[in-house]
Amino acid sequence: MNQEIFKDNWELIVGLEVHVELATKTKLFCGCLNQFGSIPNTNVCPVCLGLPGSLPVVNETAVYYAMRLGRALRCSVNRSVFARKNYFYPDMPKDYQISQYDMPTNLNGYLELPTGEAIGIERAHIEEDTGKTTHIGTSGRISGSDYSLVDYNRAGIPLIEIVSEPEIRTIEQAKAYVSELRYIILALGISDAKMEEGSIRVDANVSVRENGEDNLRTRCEIKNVNSLKSLGRAIEYEANRHISLYRNGESPKQETRHWDEDAGRTRSGRSKEDAEDYRYFTEPDLVPLNPSEEIIAKIDQELPELPSERREKLVNLTGVKSSDVTLLVERNHDAFALDAVRRGGEPEKVVKQLVNNLSSGPGALTPEALAQLVQMESKSDITSTQAKKVLGELVQRGGMPVNLAADLGFEAVRINDLENLVDQLIDEHSDEWERFCSGDTKVQGFFVGQVMKSTSGQADGKTINKILNERSTGK
Amino acid sequence: MNSVTPEQYQSAVEIADLVATREISALEILERHLNKIEEHEKDVHAFNLVTINEARAAAKETDKLISEGETVGPLAGVPVAIKDNLCTKGIPTTASSKILEGWNPPYDATVVRKLKEAGATIVGKTNLDEFAMGSSTENSAFGPTRNPHDLTCVPGGSSGGSAAAVAAGFAPIAIGSDTGGSIRQPAALCGVVGVKPTYGGVSRYGLLAFASSLDQVGPFATSVKDAAIVHEVIGGYDPLDSTSIKQAPNSFVNEIDQGVKKLKVGIISELMGGIDGITQEVIDQTNIAVSTLSNAGAQVEEVSLPAALYCLSAYYLIAPAEASSNLSRYDGVRYGLRVDGANLQEMNVNTRTEGFGDEVKRRIMLGTYALSAGYYDAYYGKALKVRRLLAENFAELYKDYDVLLSPTSPCTAFKLGAKVDDPMTMYVNDVCTIPSNLVGHPAISIPFGSGKDGMPIGVQILAPPMKESVMYRVAHTLEKASQ
Repeated sequence: MNQEIFKDNWELIVGLEVHVELATKTKLFCGCLNQFGSIPNTNVCPVCLGLPGSLPVVNETAVYYAMRLGRALRCSVNRSVFARKNYFYPDMPKDYQISQYDMPTNLNGYLELPTGEAIGIERAHIEEDTGKTTHIGTSGRISGSDYSLVDYNRAGIPLIEIVSEPEIRTIEQAKAYVSELRYIILALGISDAKMEEGSIRVDANVSVRENGEDNLRTRCEIKNVNSLKSLGRAIEYEANRHISLYRNGESPKQETRHWDEDAGRTRSGRSKEDAEDYRYFTEPDLVPLNPSEEIIAKIDQELPELPSERREKLVNLTGVKSSDVTLLVERNHDAFALDAVRRGGEPEKVVKQLVNNLSSGPGALTPEALAQLVQMESKSDITSTQAKKVLGELVQRGGMPVNLAADLGFEAVRINDLENLVDQLIDEHSDEWERFCSGDTKVQGFFVGQVMKSTSGQADGKTINKILNERSTGK
Repeated sequence: MNSVTPEQYQSAVEIADLVATREISALEILERHLNKIEEHEKDVHAFNLVTINEARAAAKETDKLISEGETVGPLAGVPVAIKDNLCTKGIPTTASSKILEGWNPPYDATVVRKLKEAGATIVGKTNLDEFAMGSSTENSAFGPTRNPHDLTCVPGGSSGGSAAAVAAGFAPIAIGSDTGGSIRQPAALCGVVGVKPTYGGVSRYGLLAFASSLDQVGPFATSVKDAAIVHEVIGGYDPLDSTSIKQAPNSFVNEIDQGVKKLKVGIISELMGGIDGITQEVIDQTNIAVSTLSNAGAQVEEVSLPAALYCLSAYYLIAPAEASSNLSRYDGVRYGLRVDGANLQEMNVNTRTEGFGDEVKRRIMLGTYALSAGYYDAYYGKALKVRRLLAENFAELYKDYDVLLSPTSPCTAFKLGAKVDDPMTMYVNDVCTIPSNLVGHPAISIPFGSGKDGMPIGVQILAPPMKESVMYRVAHTLEKASQ
């Protein structure tokens, strides 16, 4: 899929603008409830409706959340000033949006991807969300519609806009960036960040250039991407569109384009050339925010462990480096893994168990129990088949594997006994044994089966085979 | 000269006392004022709306509370007129604009709420220049207000209706808003007291915004003491207004009778002889005011406020810029006038073309231009620098002086229609009042003598931020001497 883009030495350049709705109790500038799914226009008041005479008052929790996200993204938290972004649209009650412009809360951070690259974060600022318009007509777009309905429940919800540097180079990186950002947001508890509900929205700025070029070429902003999959498809489509244009001796127009999910293509929207002049100026109804060093220090202290830190910890303790580590952190099973390892479980085996057999969670299984189970299997006290069964029971009922194994009647059949059994069988079935020794591998199943019969299925298949091979080669 | 001003004014304090002691009922007081309104309102046109029924209900309620021995507020039974750019719940609030004709706010401005809590009887909404943009009340979409001293003259603006209501005796007190002089200038032209508080001293919540960093709500009254008391009632921290001052002082009458001995008064030289359109009689009266203070024991000296010369230009960039943004919300979508069009943009344009008057359109265009990409630094940015310079000028002066003094308006009330043809001649009316708005300092205009034609002249006292007590003290001394 990515091959198309990198054919003939083209390089993909992507910058992402992510808007996150903060899960504060009330809106950014008034006391209305910040609630998804309410009856239209019921969470409104003079302030968020922008009624004549109304004034905004800042929600301090929203600012606090913004600073926490800033620090989690390694930004500097600065004295900031709100600004008015002026433009006319029915979903904006004041016909200006209170946002931040040249003095935003957070500047100059980075986001570390699971694969190790750091993508620069230019800024993360606070702004209010707009209402939601629904155009009733054939296309669902405003032109050609019979009428439009506006719901102002969303107007005034606090948003953080995170703008990355144009340092993303692959579609996988773009998706990983959004995923990782989401995990950080969830770890901070500042938003539920659901793409399908619009509490996290991604716009992609896409351009291409030939390998070795220094300058950035014309970029287009792609909007209406509603899932990670769409993000990938949209970036791919757009990059290819640019490449085709360049190959034809043309170049893309700088504009905002709309991703059409059904058609699988982007469509021209607003031209960014006749771009709105937003006539930004400092919001006179609000005072500057000036967080103290103490507050920032407190925020740093209270930051939860970030996904990148958790991955590092797991790698350091377990020595496991693979994508399994990323998976465990994603699933929030890293703490469990670390605990099990500290209690004596072999790191690689602990990780493997969690990744392969415990994807939906440990249930009643404790780290202590997992550690013991892994040890038992390592010492061949139980077979791997038995271990799997015991694990299932531990997840359901809890307890310790030693006891459960005993309950289930699982006891590893000892190697000596097995060896004796095999020797006995060789004596009893000398014909078959001759065939096996001369290379007839089909007879192997016969011997294994016989051993299993004698041990009521408790013997470890691998061990039996090992013994058979040893005997046949005279070791 | 056809004048409809009463022989004598009754003070709000006096009325409140009579009502509280049950010598007169609140309803009786109201009826007397309603009679005056009935008699002369058709000549003056101070009101967009006289709220007769609501007023009677409120007065009756006040009387009931008093008869039951309940505590009532300091303005119980006192009629008050409210400028029609302040939200009054359930009562149309139009900003004297067609674009809001008939709009009914679902909430009270904080100032309105405080007046109600103080027991005042709201008699109606007064006329203004549309969206407070003007100096004569001729920019109202509902016709001008006339000066009660001479019905062929303007009352000043933008709070012309409120000034006229008090001057005509329709109400002893009124509320206005002051962005570049819109309380003080009409107060001067109508011969009443008008105050612009320290920026942030009175809540702007519920005031239809014109220029957010300059607007302030303030009182009109027939005496300095009345004004101070109303100021106390309406002032104070409001959590609904982020620019509201948390440590606002809550008494302004505490030193009002202490006279001016040893106080240092600076007369702003740039605002005396050299300004455009200033008349000799205004200069003369101001000089008499200066002597009066000197005789009363103040130390008076001429001072210089160099940045004063640039204030008009700075104001006419900053105010329209903020206004162009504040007035965007009137787009025909949610409330007020809507004029249909073929599409959304046409509807917006049609609505605003029909709904806004010329002066409002003029200022929106000016403001939009000043904020435009490529022009911001040259115009708006520069204006902000003038503002900072002015603040430094004032700070320097206030190291040595307690208050400053100047005329309020360069001239007395001009004839209706005299200055409507050239906006610039109208704008220069504000040259003495604008500096206070730009820096957020308090200032008061008190009537002090009159011109040859008997038209009132106002003198202005300026004070440092939050020092209204001194301002009222000096004003009270001047007022006593002029009586």
